[in-house]
This record gives sequence, structure tokens and C-alpha cells, in this order.
Amino acid sequence: MQQELKQSYVKTFAKDDLELSTKDLSVLYGGKVQKLFDASLQFKKNTITALIGASGSGKSTFLRSLNRMNDRVATVNGEIWFHGLDVNKPNINVYELRKNIGMVFQRPNPFPKSIRENIVYALKADGQTNKNELDKIVEESLRAAALWDEVKDKLDKSALALSGGQQQRLCIARALAVKPEVLLLDEPASALDPVSTSKLEDTLKQLRSKYTMIMVTHNMQQASRISDYTAFFHLGHVIEYNSTADIFTNPKGKITEEYIQGSFG
Amino acid sequence: MDAKKKDKLATAVIYILVGIVVLILAGILGNILITGVPHLSWHFLSSEASSYQAGGGVRDQLFNSLYLLVLTTIISLPIALGAAIYLAEYAKDNWITNLIRTTIQILSSLPSIVVGLFGYLLFVVQFGLGFSIISGALALTFFNLPILTSNIEEAIKGVPQDQREAGLALGLSNWKTIRGIVLPAALPGILTGIILSAGRIFGEAAALIYTAGQSGSTINYADWNPFSPTSPLNVMRPAETLAVHIWKVNTEGIIPDATIVSAATSALLVIVVIVFNLGARYLGNKLYRKLTAAK
Repeated sequence: MQQELKQSYVKTFAKDDLELSTKDLSVLYGGKVQKLFDASLQFKKNTITALIGASGSGKSTFLRSLNRMNDRVATVNGEIWFHGLDVNKPNINVYELRKNIGMVFQRPNPFPKSIRENIVYALKADGQTNKNELDKIVEESLRAAALWDEVKDKLDKSALALSGGQQQRLCIARALAVKPEVLLLDEPASALDPVSTSKLEDTLKQLRSKYTMIMVTHNMQQASRISDYTAFFHLGHVIEYNSTADIFTNPKGKITEEYIQGSFG
Repeated sequence: MDAKKKDKLATAVIYILVGIVVLILAGILGNILITGVPHLSWHFLSSEASSYQAGGGVRDQLFNSLYLLVLTTIISLPIALGAAIYLAEYAKDNWITNLIRTTIQILSSLPSIVVGLFGYLLFVVQFGLGFSIISGALALTFFNLPILTSNIEEAIKGVPQDQREAGLALGLSNWKTIRGIVLPAALPGILTGIILSAGRIFGEAAALIYTAGQSGSTINYADWNPFSPTSPLNVMRPAETLAVHIWKVNTEGIIPDATIVSAATSALLVIVVIVFNLGARYLGNKLYRKLTAAK
């Protein structure tokens, strides 16, 4: 087993290309159960990186550590570098951090409010009251999430009346409204049907020009379709990280190859 | 027996059990309403209770019941809401929290007569508040707090975890997430908790006999200055409620029409609870729809 956990290749980038990077990130639940071991990954600006691996491989744990969503449930040791700051330090304002690193979850989780209110709620809570400005952000965000044409006539209707796919794109629009630079996506299409999934993927591809995205996925085709880079996690360790093309056509590690071919997981 | 038969049998048993519950409820409600409603009249609602003769009403008792309900809710709701938010959102899962929760559960099954006697000793005697509406409202608050807290806590916990995560991931603080997202989503459940406890308060007699008292004072409905001794709003006056009135006319009352008065009062009590229930649900739904944009 020990040999299988050996790292085969981890890609690095020039410093100027980096948006976000981690160094020796480890996560412990309840102070004893370790779910992630010394993950050091670099994420390039304006790319989509897919995190793949079997259930329990630590990829979601890793993702949720990046915007400090694990703060209350786990101990996260190591460094997370963003804008020249180690944002894993206790003195970091996590609320500000999360505005810069947005997140979209596995199941669509719109608030039980109107479509408009879903998008502006966080802005209003932050003290933005200019109605014209808010309306502009609503339109921009919905356009960016490719939802505007479908909902522009029912902005004040409940978000819960939307389909699952629309709800998920609303959640993306909601995350974009607070103007993040990084978007974390935790299996964003796993609860969607194929048509909605393909729409969601198109949306993500369009967003690449403005945002850096890191996406956990169980769907190999999805990873190969839309991601630029892919990191393979196994039992809490980063085994291989490379361009998606290389990972899928020419994996360096034996276990990476086995996973991609569907031998386990 | 094959699976299909077993399933049929189980379904039949469930239907029978539901039927028993419905029958009992319908029987009690029907009995109260059929015996009581014919004696309800404007005269009954608008005149004072009589001490010796037939033909008295329940004007003051009705007002007192409503007033006590409002006062108790005003006092207990903020406390219960705060405690419930703490238990559901902030409390760590450890032995202290479990102790608090167990204590609340034990308190919620405390017999109301015990609450009444405790209230008598503490508020009426120790604090010198006498037999008064405020003593009654405080006793009812003690009586009401545990169950209201548990109900609200359950309602808050019922809001899916992903709603909280959505709020936090947008950079909202914990409190803003709770106030702006969790509480509105929990509103229907919170409202149900309030309605259930309001029914209990409205029908409570034992906790009030020794705190709010069993006698009324002269009330002048033209005088709404809460500090005037004859004002209906004066919280220092003794006040008999509908439920206490029913108890009194059946135990120590000497009015000749005690049966009629208690039947009519019971019906009135039930009707007010139903009206309150429906009204609160209507208002709550309206509010919920406004908050959630569900139309």
C-alpha cells in the first residue's frame, strides 16, 4: 500500500501564473482522523482544474479547506497562498476571503427567496443598497451564469420554482455576484440530468476567461471535457497532477492509470 | 402470510389507529361545541361574570385570557428564540449542552400545578407582586419556555445544512446567515411552535389559580392607561381567565347555571384557540411567502 501512495508527478507553474497554491496542506477531523496528507498543489490563473479520485480520497476535503469552510469541523494545517498571503493563518478575515474564493455545492442550494434576492442578499447584507447598482449586478451575474434569458421575466419569483439545472446555475450566479476571483465547485453536476450538465459545463467553460475554477468531480468524461489540469487524489494523498491531456492519455503513475481506466473507485 | 397480505393488514391497522384518534378528537370537540355553542350569545360575551345569580357572562375572563396570552408570548418568545438559536447553532456537542437539553425536556413535562405553586411562592409572595396578571404571565412563561424552546430549536435544526453553507460561502458571517437565511426558512416551524404553546397557555388553569388569582377586579374598558388601577391593561390587578373560570364555577361556584356557564365557556375557549390557530397560520404563511417570494 505504501508504494501505491507514492507521488508520481506534480505539475508546477511559474510564479506569475499562479492564482492559488497550497503547501503541505493536511486535514484532521476530530483531532485524530487524518483525511488529507501534505497536499501541495498550484492552480494557474484562468484555468479549470479538476480534482478526481475515489470517494474518501480527500479531494472534497481539500477543496473545502481552500475557502476555510472546514474551519469549524476540522483542523487544517499547512499553507494556502492567495494574493501573497497565507490565508490559512488564524488572523485572516475568512468572510472577506470567501468573497474572493466563491463556492458552489454538490446539490443546488438556492435560498428560499426570490431569484433576485438570492443574488443580492449577500451584497445587501454587506451594506450595498443602491438599487440600480444591484439590478446591474443581478443581470451581469445571471448573464455570466447563462441563466438571464431563462429567468429575466421572473426575477421576483421563488428560486425554488426553477429546475435543478437552473438552480445550480443560479447558485453560480449568486457566487459570481460577490465578485470572486476563484470559484470552487464541489461536484456541481452530480445532481443534474445530462442536458442540464452539458449546459452547466458550457457555462463553466465560458467563465474560464474571467475566473480560476477548481472542481471536484466523479465524472471522468466531465473532467476530460472541460478541465485544463487534473489532480488525482488517493487515500488523502495527491498522487499525480498534470495537464488533463497528459493525465488521461499518458498517466505517469500506475494507480492513476488504474483509476482512470475504471479499475476501482 | 405473503408480503401483500401483510402489507394490507398493516395498512388496515394504521387506518384503524388513525380512526381512533380522529374519533376521540371529534367526540371531544363535538361534545364541547354542541353543548356549549347554543349558550353563547352577545350577552354572554359582553357582560361581567355573576357571583350568585344566573345569567353572568365572561367578558373580563375572555379579555384576561387574551391579555395573558399576549403578555406571556411577549416575554417568553425572545428568550426562547435566543435559547433555541444558541442550542441549534452555537452550542458545542458536549455534556454541558446535553445537560441543558435534558433539563429543558424535564422542565417541559413539569406539572403545571407545580409551576403554579412555585410561581405563587416566588412572584406572588417573595417578589410581592400579589395575585396579578404579571405574576400569572411570569408563571406561564416558566411553564411555556421549555416547550417553546424545544419546538423552535427543532424548527431551526430542520433547516438543511446546505443553506448555512451557502450563506457562509458567500462571505456572510455566522450571525447574518442565521438571521437572514436560517430563521426565515425556519419560520413555519417556529410558528407552529408558537401556536402549540399558545394553545397550552390559553387553556392553562392550574398554573394561574395561585398566581393570577381567581377573582376579578372592577375593570373599566374606557380606561386604557396601563397604570390606572381599573384599566384592563393594568398588570398588577388580579385576573381570572376562561380556564380558571371553568374550574371555579365547577368547584366553588354557587351560581345556579354553573353547567351552562362552564359549557359555554369551554366552547368559547376552544373556538378562540381555533381562531387563533388559523389566524396565526394565515399571517405566518403570508409572512413566509413575503420572505421567500413563493407565490
